Amino acid sequence: MLLINCPHCGPRAQVEFTYERTADSVVLPGAPADAAMERLFTRANPRGEDDEIWRLSFGCRAWLVMTRHRSTHAITAIRAVGPETLP
Amino acid sequence: MSGPSRSSGGESINFTFDGKALLGRTGDTLAAALLANGIGLVGRSFKYHRPRGIMTAGVEEPNALVTVGTGGRTEPNTRATDVFVYEGLIARSQNRWPSLRFDVGAVIGLFAKALPAGFYYKTFFGSARRWMFYEYFIRRAAGLGAAPVEADPDRFAQRAAFCDVLVVGAGPAGLIAALTAAEAGEQVLLVEQDRVLAPSLLRDQQELDAVWADEVATKIRALGGRILLRSTASGYWDDNLITLTQRQTEPGQEPADGLAQRLWHVRAGRVILAAGAIERPLAFAHNDRPGVMLSQAVRSYIRRFGVLPGQRVVIATNNDDAYLTARALRDAGVQVLAVLDTRPAPAGQASGFPVHNDALPLSTSGARHHLTGVSARINGTTHYWQADLLVTSGGFTPVVHLHMQAGGAALEWDAAAQAFLPGSARQNVTSIGAAASAEPIGPTPAPANPGKAFIDFQNDVTLGDVDLAWAEGYRSVEHLKRYTTLGMATDQGKLSNMAALGRLAEKQGVAIPEAGLTTFRPPYTPVTMGLLAGAKAKDGGAHVRRLALYDVHAAKNPIWQPLGYWFRPRAYPTAGETLAQAALREAKSVRTNVGMTDVSTLAKFEVSGPDAAAFLEIICATSVSKLAVGRGRYTFMLREDGMVFDDGTVWRLAENRYLLTSSTGGADRMATHISYVRQYLCPHLRVSAVNVQEHYAGIAVAGPKAKVVLTALIGEEPPRHMSTIPAMIAGIPVLVLAASYSGERAFEIYIEASRAAPVWAACEEEVIRHSGCLYGMEAMEFLRIEKGHLVVGGEIDGRLTPHDLALDRMLNKAGGFIGASGLSRPALSAPGRRQLVGLEAIEGIIPEGAMLISSKGQSPQGHITAAAFRIIEGGSIALGQLEGGFSHHGEELIATSPTRGQKARVRVVAPHFYDVAGDRYRD
Repeated sequence: MLLINCPHCGPRAQVEFTYERTADSVVLPGAPADAAMERLFTRANPRGEDDEIWRLSFGCRAWLVMTRHRSTHAITAIRAVGPETLP
Repeated sequence: MSGPSRSSGGESINFTFDGKALLGRTGDTLAAALLANGIGLVGRSFKYHRPRGIMTAGVEEPNALVTVGTGGRTEPNTRATDVFVYEGLIARSQNRWPSLRFDVGAVIGLFAKALPAGFYYKTFFGSARRWMFYEYFIRRAAGLGAAPVEADPDRFAQRAAFCDVLVVGAGPAGLIAALTAAEAGEQVLLVEQDRVLAPSLLRDQQELDAVWADEVATKIRALGGRILLRSTASGYWDDNLITLTQRQTEPGQEPADGLAQRLWHVRAGRVILAAGAIERPLAFAHNDRPGVMLSQAVRSYIRRFGVLPGQRVVIATNNDDAYLTARALRDAGVQVLAVLDTRPAPAGQASGFPVHNDALPLSTSGARHHLTGVSARINGTTHYWQADLLVTSGGFTPVVHLHMQAGGAALEWDAAAQAFLPGSARQNVTSIGAAASAEPIGPTPAPANPGKAFIDFQNDVTLGDVDLAWAEGYRSVEHLKRYTTLGMATDQGKLSNMAALGRLAEKQGVAIPEAGLTTFRPPYTPVTMGLLAGAKAKDGGAHVRRLALYDVHAAKNPIWQPLGYWFRPRAYPTAGETLAQAALREAKSVRTNVGMTDVSTLAKFEVSGPDAAAFLEIICATSVSKLAVGRGRYTFMLREDGMVFDDGTVWRLAENRYLLTSSTGGADRMATHISYVRQYLCPHLRVSAVNVQEHYAGIAVAGPKAKVVLTALIGEEPPRHMSTIPAMIAGIPVLVLAASYSGERAFEIYIEASRAAPVWAACEEEVIRHSGCLYGMEAMEFLRIEKGHLVVGGEIDGRLTPHDLALDRMLNKAGGFIGASGLSRPALSAPGRRQLVGLEAIEGIIPEGAMLISSKGQSPQGHITAAAFRIIEGGSIALGQLEGGFSHHGEELIATSPTRGQKARVRVVAPHFYDVAGDRYRD
């Protein structure tokens, strides 16, 4: 079980988090259908690092983008997203 | 006297084995106590029903599997070597009928050639009928103990812990490592699967002894360290998380305080693995007979438990460990007839025992399920010894399981010891002691009769089976494992892996590391399912939330129905009414008079801010911004692929403030969806979206008299259909929405949940005054089916588009909502898709969940999503999905449910059976 370093709450156990999706699967409203479906259904599955979207479902409830290695599970970057992170 | 024995004295614990009353000593394992009682035959093997005894003294025991305990506390497949006797222990042998000594299944062993490796897979070829026969036969004949059908009466707890250093294994190496860390000021947790510290010192007393172990433990505890006995590190997970399974009681034993086991999640700074090594057997014909035991195990039984496993002993070895056993036997007054050492002279020659070099047993003989003799071929002559114990040692396998689970871990091959040792690791873990090194061993010659030379005793796999798998084309070790079942079941290949790998490597003509290794997955030893569930085992893990008005409903003793996290009243039967009768009475009251129901569980979100409308137009597929203040409308939401996944209503409460409702069952999903759009997709919008699902309780009042009731309650004209006003009921502020799910004039009243009871009471008084009644979910279902309203999870099943549900005219023409681009794919509005239809019975009653076919034998063209009756006129009606349904109105189909054995002839109609124009809820 991963130990995930939430930018707000510090290191927390994986059970407190929910995996949502990979960042490259995000479809923006108004995206052309072909591009949108490609993002949804024909994504890369790299044996290496990938940007993933997680949520701290118990705790601060932040949405997070973390760079995680799919083979070693090593997390090399993590950041919260949302209105409060806007410049 | 032959066979195992113990000089009597000190026996005080009563237990039974296969119904026979026996006595054991404190500290005995069941295996030790059985041997002390002269019992060598303990079980029957998995496939061939061969008689099996006790081979080891540890958790790796492959043969002596027993069922212990009774009722819900029954634990099958317990290693007799891994349960300590307690007063009243009830143990039974397994996989035998009618009795252990006379087992009909043993006849199978005579036909062993008919049950080769991969037998199960081979039965897949040929006719299905033959396979059905084999399946029945195999399931009855092969197997382990049976799981109990009763619920486990005991509690299982879970606990989280942290430490600087976790030491696995309290042998001499683990104790010293734990003490060193504790003295350096580190927080230490030391775990040991046995019930004593350093059990190896009870077997082989060195400069250190059990007194020393206790002294070290005292020091560790004094420095704040913690020691858990009877606890197994069962899994090594990411970021140095280790799961421990701690036994509070022995298998099958009633716990003093109800707590049977505890599962620990330990997050450790670093981990030291001092888990020791497991001795390997040697492969030769009939090496599985009761009376053939591993070398270290024999020393454990003699020195730790005071049991002599035999009187006339032959020893077979490829290493020096067996000579320690020879000495232990001699010290106990037992004659060692011969030591067969696979190594050439001078190995063992100076030991003073009758040593034969370059020697391996040829076979064993037995009578009455026990060893009677050993034969060996030495320098061209066959020798034979009458013996009742054959001690074997094939070298040692370091326990690298946890190291391998730590991930990224390379194992290093030690050719001299023929063993894998722990190499580098991704996590902060080191191995020490016998887990990290192994003594060299001599050659392990191939036996003359590989078909009877067992390597996996638990799965009845012989060297001959490995050869057969190879001959049939199985090259990879992973395929070999699955084809022969080698390395499966409770011991997970702890004894068998190396022998199989050796044989496979030999066939491939490569060294063992190149042949590969299967993965050692958690758990290290079997774990009870209840332990993983923990406290959640008792109610299936589901948590229940209570309605704000729970007590009000409970006082009326309704029939409850689970919905999402809640239980809601399904119907309020009066004396003698069935569910169906009550629901029909309640529905009729709504159609003809007035009724009220609790709708508190609906998902509710308050969306406010300058960009609230823009935000909602991303979530909802309908337009929102054109809504006037005080007005509401139906809405639905799409997934990104264009399918409808939820529906509800949206209300404009003020210029920049909206209330969005959606389905109860989809509430969590919708909350996450809204949060995703807010936080991830649209952080720039000036909007706040708050989940107010349980902040507000909701009451629906529906029926022709609903308007009169509302007027009386709020003292003013109630809002017209799809309008909303704030009002007061019983002195409490409420929000009144005029919306109809039932098809009648109806209102939803929302109140702060903590103040709901007086509002409910006022409504109920007024409804009763107008001869109305309460209605539950069953009546609501009748009403909405007749009206043709949708349910999420029924009609809205995630596979239909707005076009399929005839909602396409409501789509926001401006687009921009989630799912708009997915929905633009032409196939999603194609005419032949499954579409929402109504169905009315021509003959019979439409079964719930039936499939729709045009004639017998045809493949289904659709299915029934909800079935009901016309409330006033009677007659069976339903909603359903049908391929190209819109163009089939008027046609006849068959609705058939083979599982219910029911069918009906139906006519396809529009999905509205009541007040199609909607006149009844407009003024």
